[in-house]
Amino acid sequence: MIEFRRVSKVFDGGEKKVEALKEINITVEKGDIFGVIGFSGAGKSTLIRTVNLLEYPTSGEVIVEGKDLAKMSEKDLREAKKNIGMIFQHFNLLNSKTVFDNVAMPLLLGKKKKKEIEERVNEILRFVGLEDKAMNYPNQLSGGQKQRVGIARALATNPSILLCDEATSALDPQTTKAILNLLKRINEEYKITILIITHEMEVIKEICNRVAVMEDGSVIESGNVIDIFARPRTETTRNFIRSVVRDEVPSSVYGLLNEDAYFSRIFKIDFLGLSSGQPIVSKTAKRFNVEINVLFGNITELQGIPFGNLIVEIIGNEDEIDRALQFIKNQNVKVKEVTKDGSKQRAHFKRLVGNAVHG
Amino acid sequence: MEVSKELILNALWETLYMVSISLFFGSIIGIFLGILLVVTRKGHIYENRFIFSIVNPIVNIFRSIPFIILLVAIIPFTRLMVGTSIGTTAAIVPLVLHIGPYISRLVENSLLEVDEGIIEAAKAMGATPIQIIFRFLMPEAFASLILSITTATIGLVGATAMAGAIGGGGLGDVAITYGYQRFSTITIFVTVLILVIVVQGVQSLGNIFERKIRRV
Ligand SMILES: Nc1ncnc2c1ncn2[C@@H]1O[C@H](COP(=O)(O)OP(=O)(O)O)[C@@H](O)[C@H]1O
Ligand SMILES: [Mg+2]
Repeated sequence: MIEFRRVSKVFDGGEKKVEALKEINITVEKGDIFGVIGFSGAGKSTLIRTVNLLEYPTSGEVIVEGKDLAKMSEKDLREAKKNIGMIFQHFNLLNSKTVFDNVAMPLLLGKKKKKEIEERVNEILRFVGLEDKAMNYPNQLSGGQKQRVGIARALATNPSILLCDEATSALDPQTTKAILNLLKRINEEYKITILIITHEMEVIKEICNRVAVMEDGSVIESGNVIDIFARPRTETTRNFIRSVVRDEVPSSVYGLLNEDAYFSRIFKIDFLGLSSGQPIVSKTAKRFNVEINVLFGNITELQGIPFGNLIVEIIGNEDEIDRALQFIKNQNVKVKEVTKDGSKQRAHFKRLVGNAVHG
Repeated sequence: MEVSKELILNALWETLYMVSISLFFGSIIGIFLGILLVVTRKGHIYENRFIFSIVNPIVNIFRSIPFIILLVAIIPFTRLMVGTSIGTTAAIVPLVLHIGPYISRLVENSLLEVDEGIIEAAKAMGATPIQIIFRFLMPEAFASLILSITTATIGLVGATAMAGAIGGGGLGDVAITYGYQRFSTITIFVTVLILVIVVQGVQSLGNIFERKIRRV
């Protein structure tokens, strides 16, 4: 568990002071994969670095597993750091040493026995899938493999906390996914609490259960990932969510709006959870005398729960549409009519975009 | 009058003797001061304004004194150290004082080249400052240090040529006394040729080591 209690940090560079952290209060519970997201310069790195005191808070306390590291002696602090692994954006591996020796380093510093080191390093290399690279040097590895070495090194001393500073920001999307999966496995199999900072919402979406959004040195929003995604309170958060789940109504949809003789109205349904989305559409279509076209869809998964929105066109007579709408609203989803007036060229467009559902 | 083969060989031996002994002591001093210059600077693991602001100017002073002047200026100190102020052994004292500070700057540069992220990682895993220096900084800078020592060695070969001024002997001395003062072109040619070969040999050796360490 990590508790940030009114943590502030001021960088005093002579004439210009930078308030990198302003009274941060957050708690990372045991077993969390806690994400901190924010733009560059928001103070994320400074925040994570206060956990293992690479940066000392100017005021406030960071309590790690019940202890305030800032109050410890140098010796106790070094011991406490063995319980906190850390991985970095640029991996920070020793290029002059083999993969094996890199991973062995924290154990060597702790003056462990040779045999013990060998066993532990081999075990952890197997876990990250690099047992055949033990004798290679870092510059012979891909970015993803280097980060695996970084992870193995961080886990060598069996920490209860893993800090990840932009751990996937230097990696391509596919490698990012693989590394995130590995982090998830670490969280589940070793019960390690993970604090991960990133500027990519994808990372939060993929593995975090809790999130804090940082802006300009402050936490502007924090909570369960699902709650934050479902009810973002700030524009910054909404923008981050939009980077992984498209939210705007595509302009082509506006082109379909019409005021023709027979009724067709367009709605955006935001949903979260299993009972929503596609099942609602088909249930509604079955139960009422309406035709429903899915014009657009953005669906993703948050901790195994579908999340996203569908833009649907409901065609039928006025009463029937109203009743269908009422039914949908009762399903615990957010429904909004798409109303902004567009041109009247509806008919031919409709079938073209009709089935564009993508996640 | 021509010089004998024995004379040249003897001079080569004197040069190598002066270079290797002063390189040995110069490296010890240089590496120590170089490390000190790095770790005591602002924001580093042993930040210490006091030590830094003493070591840094001292190194600068020694770096700015021309070797031929240093040679003469420290004669009393040389006598104190080795009991004599003339001869090959006496030349080693000024050579060490000349090359030590030079090596310290080269070492400083090599160590500063090491990515700061390495130190971050070391601190994060709870390394002591001594461990950071010897388990992280030095190994990472090793290839670069080899090149630095190579450069210093070649500088030393050049400096030994001036050691003749205090009777230090060596190839440079032969070239000056027999070649310049007695107009023997062939002596100049032979000694210079040998110096060139020595310098080339040192540089090649340094490069080979460096490449081996960097594995390129
Ligand atoms: N060592 C430092 N000295 C001075 N200013 C710093 C230092 N480290 C970070 N800052 C400043 O603090 C702010 C937050 O930086 P950082 O925590 O790195 O942000 P992020 O990781 O979110 O991009 C920035 O304005 C940055 O310039
Ligand atoms: Mg950062």
